[in-house]
Amino acid sequence: MYVAVKGGERAIDNAHAWLAEERRGDLNVAELSVAQILEQLSLAVNRVMAEGSLYDPDLAALAIKQARGDMIEAIFLIRAYRTTLPRFGSSKPVETADMACDRRISATFKDAPGGQVLGPTFDYTHRLLDFALAADGEVPEVNRGEARKEPTPHITEFLNQEGLIQREVTSEETPGDLTREPLELPANRPLRLQALTRGDEGFVLSMAYSTQRGYARNHAFVGELRIGKVAVEMDIPELGFAIEIGEIELTECETVNQFQGSKTEPPQFTRGYGLVFGQSERKAISMALVDRALRWEELGEDNLGAPAQDEEFVLYHSDNIQATGFLEHIKLPHYVDFQSELELIRKLRREAMENTTPVQEAAE
Amino acid sequence: MSDYNFAYLDEQTKRMIRRAILKGLAIPGYQVPFASREMPMPYGWGTGGVQVSAATLTPEDTLKVIDQGADDTTNAVSIRKFFEKTAGVATTEETAQASVIQTRHRIPEEDLREDQILVYQVPIPEPLRFLEPSEIETRKMHSLEEYGLMHVKLYEDIAKHGAIATSYAYPVKIEGRYVMDPSPIPKFDNPKMEMAAIQLFGAGREQRIYALPPYCQVVSLDFEDYPFEASKADHACDMCGATNSYLDEVIMDDAGNRMFVCSDTDYCASRRKAGHLGAQAAAASAALKETAA
Repeated sequence: MYVAVKGGERAIDNAHAWLAEERRGDLNVAELSVAQILEQLSLAVNRVMAEGSLYDPDLAALAIKQARGDMIEAIFLIRAYRTTLPRFGSSKPVETADMACDRRISATFKDAPGGQVLGPTFDYTHRLLDFALAADGEVPEVNRGEARKEPTPHITEFLNQEGLIQREVTSEETPGDLTREPLELPANRPLRLQALTRGDEGFVLSMAYSTQRGYARNHAFVGELRIGKVAVEMDIPELGFAIEIGEIELTECETVNQFQGSKTEPPQFTRGYGLVFGQSERKAISMALVDRALRWEELGEDNLGAPAQDEEFVLYHSDNIQATGFLEHIKLPHYVDFQSELELIRKLRREAMENTTPVQEAAE
Repeated sequence: MSDYNFAYLDEQTKRMIRRAILKGLAIPGYQVPFASREMPMPYGWGTGGVQVSAATLTPEDTLKVIDQGADDTTNAVSIRKFFEKTAGVATTEETAQASVIQTRHRIPEEDLREDQILVYQVPIPEPLRFLEPSEIETRKMHSLEEYGLMHVKLYEDIAKHGAIATSYAYPVKIEGRYVMDPSPIPKFDNPKMEMAAIQLFGAGREQRIYALPPYCQVVSLDFEDYPFEASKADHACDMCGATNSYLDEVIMDDAGNRMFVCSDTDYCASRRKAGHLGAQAAAASAALKETAA
């Protein structure tokens, strides 16, 4: 006797209880603290902040713990939390020229004011597993240098002075907000940059890589990559002036791209721009390359039909929370749709069989 | 629940959604862009419907949530719990008792009334999407009422298969103007869309809301010589004996024997309560009597 499936509620409660147990793992192993994640998995924390669009390292670390290390799940937790937060104002644009740089490199000039500063990079490490780290993670004392006091100028400013690089048009217009208004196309550059900075790192990386391999190649040099802290200032109406409300770590990448000139623009270098929360340089460089590819129309270039040039394609598919939600929804019941497909297939097959039977009979 | 605003969303957001709903009702079938919020459930799992319900619910409302016609499917349970927690509204499984019904993939069998609102969860609101992937293009096609592509698709189906090979999310034309995606309901449900209740459609990920006011004209696209047909499995419900309800097919044993039951669980249960018995239920109750005797 068939009994209609009941118990969805109990099944969900049990699944959640099991999930919590799995998250904790073996009770004989010490529990991971949020502070440990924050301090020792800081690049994961950075990614969650960047794609979660919320600068809060403590919450990002908590999200990573709760998500059992599943980055997209952690980003989702942060996004869902973020939407509930009230907006009480907006900051002034951050001045990345005043950044206290931990890292600052240029691939276009051997040296420049401010120098080349490698900072804490994996770049020249040999990727050999450090088995000593499995036993203990103690680090030796290191030498400390003096921090540079004066601001570090942007490399592209030097090209700007000579007029060799395309100038960015300044605008006093308040940019749109991807998270508060529906995306309507064609979008503009501020919206594209917003989408890219919170877009999935893997997606943006692959899009950027595709331009390097010839799908709308725009031959990028890393004009400058800088990582460091900048002050966030906000106008306080009651005071009548701006005050510093905190500081955030950012990665900024400016690419210098070859450009032969077009119908509308003289030969000059062009720019791509990437700006991402935290130390996220792979993402910042990728973002700059994709930004540059998306600027084809503004620079009078040809549309080569490459995916990275297609604003609609990039903007509609860069968000991993949208993508994963829709992808995973196919786990949900689809009995009703499937049933209607079953009936259709049976009907079409029946008709197809009926049509072919006489031929078989004739052959017999 | 004091941790959240009533029905989770803040009042500004609800107002923004209500404006989109009103615009949708004023232009039936037109997809109104709205600034969809991230919800605490994934995109694709009913965030559009949830946002529309949140903007629609009042504390006096009674909510019913169904998925595949059933109140007890996991995602329906999850969404109902969400509103119990964040809005504290009364919930019900009885179609007639509900003032707001959120649904995925079905329209209840029982006729809805003027004092009810049916909220659909919509995955892809654009009926032309699988014919034209670009949103810029499809919006242009709607504004020019350029639906030739859709008719060509339906025609090609007939040419190839002898029938229109769309069994769910079957496109409809609203009041002779907009071609609309009815969400992935089986085409069996299409004729029910001309109803007394307000119908609201929410697509969260795609940031669109559309709506049908009561008694709005809804025509399933077809051809004179190949008229639209609302089809279902050619059986009666094995539980309640209904011959006019949409049926789910259930595999019973390793030999692949099947039975058919109403997908609308409330409809089926209330019919059984009223004494209607289908083939399987009748056999089971006879067997039960025998053992008792």
